[in-house]
Amino acid sequence: MTQGAVEPRASTPPATARSRTALLPSARGRVLGLCAALVALLACAVGSLAIGSLGIPIGEVLAAFTAFDDSDAHVIVTELRLPRTLIGLVVGGALGAAGALMQGVTRNPLAEPGILGINAGASFAVVLAIFVLGVSSVALYAWFALLGAGLAALMLYALAGAGRGGATPIKLALSGAVLNALLVALTSAVLTFDTETLEQFRFWIVGSIAGRDTGVLLSVAPFLGAGLIIALLAGRRLNALALGEDVARSLGQSVGRTRAASGAGFVLLAGGAVAAAGPISFVGLTVPHVARALVGPDYRWIVPYSIVLGAILLLISDVLGRVAAPPGELQVGIVTAILGAPFFIWLVRRRRLASL
Amino acid sequence: MTRRVTVRTQSISLRLDMRVLGLLGALGVATLLALTLSVGRGDFPIAPLEVLSTLTGAGDEATRFVVLELRLPRALTAVLTGIALGIAGAIFQDLARNPLVSPDIIGISAGASFAAVSLIVLGDTSGVISVPLAALGGAIAAGVALYLLAWRGGVQGYRLVLVGIGVAALLHAGIDYVFTRGQIFQVAEAYVWLVGSLNARGWEHVWPLAGALAVLLPLALALGRQLEVLQLGDDVARALGIGVERARLALLAVAVVLTGIAVSAAGPIAFVAFIAPHIARRICGTVSPSGVLPVAAATGALLVLSADLIGRLAFAPNGVPVGIVTAIIAAPYFLLLLRRANLLGATG
Repeated sequence: MTQGAVEPRASTPPATARSRTALLPSARGRVLGLCAALVALLACAVGSLAIGSLGIPIGEVLAAFTAFDDSDAHVIVTELRLPRTLIGLVVGGALGAAGALMQGVTRNPLAEPGILGINAGASFAVVLAIFVLGVSSVALYAWFALLGAGLAALMLYALAGAGRGGATPIKLALSGAVLNALLVALTSAVLTFDTETLEQFRFWIVGSIAGRDTGVLLSVAPFLGAGLIIALLAGRRLNALALGEDVARSLGQSVGRTRAASGAGFVLLAGGAVAAAGPISFVGLTVPHVARALVGPDYRWIVPYSIVLGAILLLISDVLGRVAAPPGELQVGIVTAILGAPFFIWLVRRRRLASL
Repeated sequence: MTRRVTVRTQSISLRLDMRVLGLLGALGVATLLALTLSVGRGDFPIAPLEVLSTLTGAGDEATRFVVLELRLPRALTAVLTGIALGIAGAIFQDLARNPLVSPDIIGISAGASFAAVSLIVLGDTSGVISVPLAALGGAIAAGVALYLLAWRGGVQGYRLVLVGIGVAALLHAGIDYVFTRGQIFQVAEAYVWLVGSLNARGWEHVWPLAGALAVLLPLALALGRQLEVLQLGDDVARALGIGVERARLALLAVAVVLTGIAVSAAGPIAFVAFIAPHIARRICGTVSPSGVLPVAAATGALLVLSADLIGRLAFAPNGVPVGIVTAIIAAPYFLLLLRRANLLGATG
């Protein structure tokens, strides 16, 4: 079987050519932009504390922290919405960073934990943990999610990286989708055996930050922290890698080490996010693209922007989910899929699906 | 060189590949053996000869009931589902010119599943719209959406695949959402459906399948020639006088409806549509794509029937759904194939 002339080939225009298309070309603009994004993030966090099935005025939200008086509104803010918002912040930031790392290291615009089967690997591991080992604490799911994400990432790397041209966009996307389908099928297979496992699992799989235990957040915090540090430090190496493996090597970089470190960072971030909130797709896909449109191809900026924008996207999606389908809620994983899938389709419909 | 025989009547002329005919014969015999075995084995064992005599009208009432009302329709549903999935998978892979494509990956099965699962969990399955009807409608709707979204002055292979991956991701999120909205026993029922099961399939499943296949199978085989020419690339196909987009639309429509009827009868049995064409190509050797189509159909039939047999006998007395068996059998094969396809650069 032959692939026709549609094959998108790696073509990386020089960094300067692309910076001109960035919305924030100067370093000063980028710093100001990041500050603006942080302010927007703060606004989203306050919104996330205030908006919901019970609307709470902002003055009341602030009073819950400064003058707590045991009223319903104050309890809702501190007991329900604060943990939810914190988890949203952390998970969103982690997913954004994970997407940026993965897109950088694979030089692939479609890289993302959800559609490439990393989340499915984590889910499969969690299902096995519930079904085979009888694990029932969500905090323990975290370890299995991390393990599953890591194994799936290794498998994907071994499969998609094989052959001529390494992991081209379509090869990676297709291998990931196939791996995803396989893991989902095996997960469903386990779930048909046991209604109890299904009962636990069906609320975990949608990806939600509501009613999650903040204890989980503490137990995954070291992983996410390590992942974020790796991501923030990887910028320079990813920039060199973006010029091609040969150029990166001639610049004195060990490409293998960059891959291994970024891969480890990615697994920590994606696995930790799945562990804290269940599988959430498309945040890692969309956010780095928006960051790239703002600051150009420089990963030293893309990563921090992706972290902040990821947190913003996740909080906005969560708030949308709260008000979209009253009296119930749409879980945040559903909202990000509804928002992100059209973006993915738009991305692949563009005439040239160039490597990054 | 492949040997061919040419059959001519006044209105039709067929060139038949001897190798394909031989393979079809062998697969047909194997399927018949599996069918006899499937009808004979179970909680109430019946000897193969008795099965045959029961089919021809003899036998006592209990045997007749078990054979004619329980096991035969189930086995026939397996065969017909396998035929539909095998041929649909082959068409999708050839159309996308990519060996890793199957209706499971590009959202067709997901469309059927979303509709069916929504009905089982949230709706009323005894209403006018039955689960099979919902599944068929879902598959067709997903196919139409996929075609429109991938359209850009034509539908090219790789765009179709990537858009399909996006559509599938969205639909799977929808399925997961529906699962959180229902009672657990309905959700469990929907899960068994989602894995693909042939439990309690009767003649009411066989007849619609048989009817649809009677129309779609000749259509698919007739379109095989165009599929073959499309393989040569759009420009060559155009030069040979093929209406490229129209041919692609027709083939896509046939493959989507074939997937839809198969899924509506037995649920989205994992990876049959993916693997049957691969096995078919392997045993066919250098046969052209249009020759592979019927072999893929026969392979699919044998695959589903044997998987169901294994699921029933190896996990007696309760058995496991056929989709679990195909997923487990497929998994290692699948990973090897994925790596091989990437190594050869066949996936793009």
